[in-house]
Amino acid sequence: MHELSVAENIIETVKQNVPTLEMAHVKEIRLKLGEFSNVVADSLIFAFESLKDEYNLNNSELVIQPVKFEIECSECGAVTSNKYGMRECAICGSFNTQVLSGEELLVSEIELID
Amino acid sequence: MGIITVERKVLAKNDAIASELRSKFEENGVFVINIVSSPGSGKTSLVEKTIEHFNGRVNISVIEGDVQTDLDAQRVAAYNVPVVQIITNGGCHLEANLVKDSLVNLDLIPTDLLIIENVGNLVCPAGYDLGEDMKVVVISVTEGDDKPLKYPKMFMNSKVLIINKTDLLPYVNCNIELLKSNALKINPELKVFETSCTTGLGIEKWCDFLESSI
Repeated sequence: MHELSVAENIIETVKQNVPTLEMAHVKEIRLKLGEFSNVVADSLIFAFESLKDEYNLNNSELVIQPVKFEIECSECGAVTSNKYGMRECAICGSFNTQVLSGEELLVSEIELID
Repeated sequence: MGIITVERKVLAKNDAIASELRSKFEENGVFVINIVSSPGSGKTSLVEKTIEHFNGRVNISVIEGDVQTDLDAQRVAAYNVPVVQIITNGGCHLEANLVKDSLVNLDLIPTDLLIIENVGNLVCPAGYDLGEDMKVVVISVTEGDDKPLKYPKMFMNSKVLIINKTDLLPYVNCNIELLKSNALKINPELKVFETSCTTGLGIEKWCDFLESSI
């Protein structure tokens, strides 16, 4: 249950990018969330919703952009996915692979009301 | 006003403190391991056996993380090594700022090896960098061979896997080869050791590896 502290860190990021007087004009906070980021989207939104009024973010919404776990095979070059997070290439079965994505936990964009 | 592009890691603040810590450890010649596992896997026993094995040859300091009590710090202090207890009061993992604060009570200059024992939890500690050189995930055979698949991130982010309580293998339903192969499917680069902190089996191999890494 560390979603509350993750939500606090998201708000911190918003504060660093948006002038204090503009906080009420924040419409959307877009978050890239990897499949294996260990953060539960619903709990995170709940935590954010509970905190946002305190920071004048009452007009804002936290929008989750899920990022799939993807690996690149060093043997056959294929980019594939694995629903369990295994490093096995779906094409040739090699474990000689590199993780490309799926661990993201980052604020990508903040949209303000015009 | 439109859209502000940010592309900033949510845990950037933690990462910044962790990298500050990493530089500090490096400056002082301290090798740091962050031991993670579910509660009761034998992290503290492993810390005790590691200290016992080096027997003063390597200067060890310990940071203990727990939700409550200083019971682990008391256990470790019995081995006459510097130890600090962090009590998280409900927090499910250690964060870099907690480690930074605890360093006030530790002298890094004479320390060769700093062992951070994280809060027992196979989920949250995986995401937090504490400035360590490596995460060491401990799993006991009593937990079952499927855990690497059920809690993959901890295995993804660790460099070493220690399979502990191997003396209990005859009594529990755990296929150790399957456990290893499950862990290696998640992270093929994992270095795997088998230990029993009760009989001492495997401790030497683990400590030899640790010493060669320092």
